[in-house]
Amino acid sequence: MYTTDQYEGMIAETITIKGTNGDAINTYFARPMGPGPFPGVVLAHHLPGWDELYREFTRRLAHHGYLAISPDLYCREAHGTPEDVAAAVRAEGGVSDDQVMGDLEAAAKYLKSLPSSNGKVGAFGSCSGGRHVFLAGCRLECFDAIVECWGGNIIMSDDQLTDKQPVSPNSYTKDLSAPLLGLFGDLDQSPTPEQVNQHEEELKAAGKDIEFHRYPEAGHGFFYFDRPIYHQSSAVDGWDKMFTFLGKKLS
Amino acid sequence: MCTMICERAEMEGSGKGRDGWFPLEMVNVSYDHPFNAPWEYGVNIDFVNQSRGVGSRVAVELSPQSAKRLADTIIQALQKGEKDPQIQISVL
Repeated sequence: MYTTDQYEGMIAETITIKGTNGDAINTYFARPMGPGPFPGVVLAHHLPGWDELYREFTRRLAHHGYLAISPDLYCREAHGTPEDVAAAVRAEGGVSDDQVMGDLEAAAKYLKSLPSSNGKVGAFGSCSGGRHVFLAGCRLECFDAIVECWGGNIIMSDDQLTDKQPVSPNSYTKDLSAPLLGLFGDLDQSPTPEQVNQHEEELKAAGKDIEFHRYPEAGHGFFYFDRPIYHQSSAVDGWDKMFTFLGKKLS
Repeated sequence: MCTMICERAEMEGSGKGRDGWFPLEMVNVSYDHPFNAPWEYGVNIDFVNQSRGVGSRVAVELSPQSAKRLADTIIQALQKGEKDPQIQISVL
């Protein structure tokens, strides 16, 4: 817990790392000043893009003592305002799951390679990012904790599958290799409460280390303070749950 | 969560974006999270010319009811215009 007599400093900047296929991708990296050792968190941004909100989330994690890194998952598609880029990606049906997995893995490995790392890295994502970090927890072995916030399309019907999203993420449930915190709003339309229940039941049936929290008055994206869907008490509690979870799993 | 519902069609015409008028190439109509409109989901219509960059975009975000009203209104205007023999839209 922060006290007013503590020194605090942070460096936050755009860097370039090599993602899937060795492609250079822009990445926002915020880290506490000091030698560490610090745990790390990779942030998978939401469909509205690599936006100011996600850079703020990244800095917030650094403020709480994490090496925090948010790769631009749309970096290959185009550059422009986050909204214009996201609109172009939306029109193309999103980015491929395989490509995102490679980028998230590269970001995790980058953090672990730093001398200030404690060797542990978690993943945080919301909306499409929540889906991506659940997939990452199942398909990759580089993460020590997963924070999945209202990830939809984790349970996909056959007619929703595409070349870019060819497998329903819940098919990988048995492969989840990290503890998972899930935060969901009961008023969300996707994932619906029924889908959240199914997701939780499948994880429990597979014997996974999970912690699900549901917020009755919250809908989709209740952390997003720049949107009407922000729900203050749920967001405050959700962030608290997240920092408690990460503190336990990444220390 | 993002629905990934997006329908696309080629367009002929002009759009006025942040840098002025530009020729249209496509329209992308998605039923997904809007960037600005206050709902969780909206009908997002982007008139674009990708060959000029992602910034060549005229965007509107509508409620489903408004989107249906827009579609009906376009059809009504077309029906009136196309049945009047004195009105001809010429393509140069």
